[in-house]
Amino acid sequence: MTTSPEFEHPIKAYGYAARDTSGLLSPLTFSRRATGDKDVRFKVLYCGICHSDLHFAKNEWGFTKYPVTPGHEIVGVVTEVGSKVEKFKIGDKVGVGCLVGSCRSCQSCASDYEQDCVKQVFTYGVPNFDGTQTYGGYSDHMVSDEHFVLRWPENLPLDSGAPLLCAGITTYSPLRYFGLDKPGTKVGVVGLGGLGHVAVKMAKAFGAEVTVFSTTSAKERDAIEVLKADHFINSKDEHQMEAARGTLDGIIDTVSGDHPMAPLLNALTPHGKLVLVGAPESPLEVAAFSLIMGRKTIAGSNIGGIKETQEMLDFAAEHGITADIEIIPIDYVNKAMERLVKSDVRYRFVIDVGNSMKAE
Amino acid sequence: MAKSPESEHPIKAYGYAARDTSGVLSPLTFSRRATGDKDVRFKVLYCGICHSDLHFAKNEWGMSTYPILPGHEIVGVVTEVGTKVEKFKVGDTVGVGCLVGSCGSCQSCANDLESYCPKQILTYGFLYHDGTLTYGGYSDHMVADEHFVLRWPENLPLDSGAPLLCAGITTYSPLRHFGLDKPGMKVGVVGLGGLGHVAVKFAKAFGAEVTVISTSSAKKQEALQGLKADHFIVSKDPEQMQCAASSLDGIIDTVSASHPIEPLLSVLKQDGKLVFLGVPEKPIEISTYSLIMGRKIVTGSATGGLKETQEMLDFAAKHGVTADIELIPIDYVNTAMDRVLKSDVRYRFVIDVANTLKAP
Repeated sequence: MTTSPEFEHPIKAYGYAARDTSGLLSPLTFSRRATGDKDVRFKVLYCGICHSDLHFAKNEWGFTKYPVTPGHEIVGVVTEVGSKVEKFKIGDKVGVGCLVGSCRSCQSCASDYEQDCVKQVFTYGVPNFDGTQTYGGYSDHMVSDEHFVLRWPENLPLDSGAPLLCAGITTYSPLRYFGLDKPGTKVGVVGLGGLGHVAVKMAKAFGAEVTVFSTTSAKERDAIEVLKADHFINSKDEHQMEAARGTLDGIIDTVSGDHPMAPLLNALTPHGKLVLVGAPESPLEVAAFSLIMGRKTIAGSNIGGIKETQEMLDFAAEHGITADIEIIPIDYVNKAMERLVKSDVRYRFVIDVGNSMKAE
Repeated sequence: MAKSPESEHPIKAYGYAARDTSGVLSPLTFSRRATGDKDVRFKVLYCGICHSDLHFAKNEWGMSTYPILPGHEIVGVVTEVGTKVEKFKVGDTVGVGCLVGSCGSCQSCANDLESYCPKQILTYGFLYHDGTLTYGGYSDHMVADEHFVLRWPENLPLDSGAPLLCAGITTYSPLRHFGLDKPGMKVGVVGLGGLGHVAVKFAKAFGAEVTVISTSSAKKQEALQGLKADHFIVSKDPEQMQCAASSLDGIIDTVSASHPIEPLLSVLKQDGKLVFLGVPEKPIEISTYSLIMGRKIVTGSATGGLKETQEMLDFAAKHGVTADIELIPIDYVNTAMDRVLKSDVRYRFVIDVANTLKAP
């Protein structure tokens, strides 16, 4: 008989978890392992709410094992370190993102691309190497292998920096890999939500000329005046889309809902790249002709490795990049999830875990 | 009133052309411009039959202006050069491929990538700078701007080298551009036809380990023994595809018929590239998940620029790369087209123009 979450490990923990596909989160008492040789234990201060948290809580991807305590944009302060830990000490500010484990020996791991390791361990909702479930950052504290803990840059705010641990790396990585990080590059960002608004900030920090594509013209003011994008296009307006034909070196597409690729491919210059970081459910339909004439590329990108995540945090600190957030107490989390479904947030909720999560 | 093909230019010419969407080719008397300052005039010796010739002859792409006189794998001997021609003289052996003009000033042209110029002029079926229709190599002679004429390497056979002017550059270019030209690279080739067999030869010449991916085992022996591919897998066999999972750095997909691409994405490694050369009629369907996990890309490539085409010919001469051809007289051309449709040729027809095309 499997031991219950509360007793499978020696150290008591508490958080909020979903128990079924309703996705409703409620208090959960569970437990975490003792601090191993290479582990870093930390009190959670803030945790961003990522849309993936919602997908997982509702088992929309079909592999959720309940109870699931979401949260993979976690910032905290170290309370204990294992005897072989080299990079951290008590009192350090740290972050943990989407991964807490990988095999550390495959080609992907060796190339600092842990997110493609077939044995990668997500921060929540999946079995860890010891067979027990992982629990995320909607909780009082966490323990994680040092390798997967990020050093928090000094001048990076803890609350508005937290979402960078997922949204940040997810947008930073493809801008770098696909060569869209050179000054003067013309970059499009599709969708202005949690991912999109950070993509705009990252691209601007790289010196790009940024065009935001959105189906909501109400977002134009935000895009131009607040986020400092250079152009705004309503993607439902055929004339505007036609005017953008052949103008962009690259596009970061953050939209998860199904939407046509053809107008976006048309907006690319020859040799341009369309990179998807959102995951539309239906298969994409792409005319091969539009790739061939113009040697255009359609690609995807998934978070980033630990090394690059650290690089991204340091870059963000240097360039003053943070997410635009709404701080909430933990007991607002279900309401926040409902609002998230309606994209009613500018642009990420962050749970003030340290101040609002109380033991039962 | 538009002049007839026969009278619009001062120099008489003759060839075989399609008059309507049946695509049936028959003798046509037409005319070509006088040799301009920068023009090279040459007698056509050989011309390869490319599948595009068939598409154009039947107006399958909706842009044919009849009469269509196909042929863009043309080898000949210079008979006259303009006063400002520097690279060629009478008696030189030369080639002309898919392009006879471009704007000369856009970013693509500036980067020797004329095949991506939005104002490119195809060797046949397109309007030239003077507003007249271009006519291809199924004809007695041609005249072309020096910039679009290739120097024929000394030890490259004229007949079996002719198809390189399209099939060669079309496969050579993406192997180079996408970094699949390094010794030891694991390269897949989908489809073993005109393009595919040349792709295998170039990839082997680059030192790649080549896997031919085909829908049936019929071509296994040819692939392994004839073309010296290293592996052969049947894409419809799940077990073979599973064995090859995540093994290839890149795949050159030459198949025009619609086919599922998920299995192809699954055999790509992390950061692997699927390059389309063939143009399936229906849009290709791609699951975003397959792109995002492993940061794979789907892209296309269209022939190549003139500089690279020359480089390709020199490489082919050096490494003994030629097409496998069936030499035919011009009056066999309609039967040849029927056989191309059924892929009943190993692997390119080449018309022995000089010896079989007679003035009417």
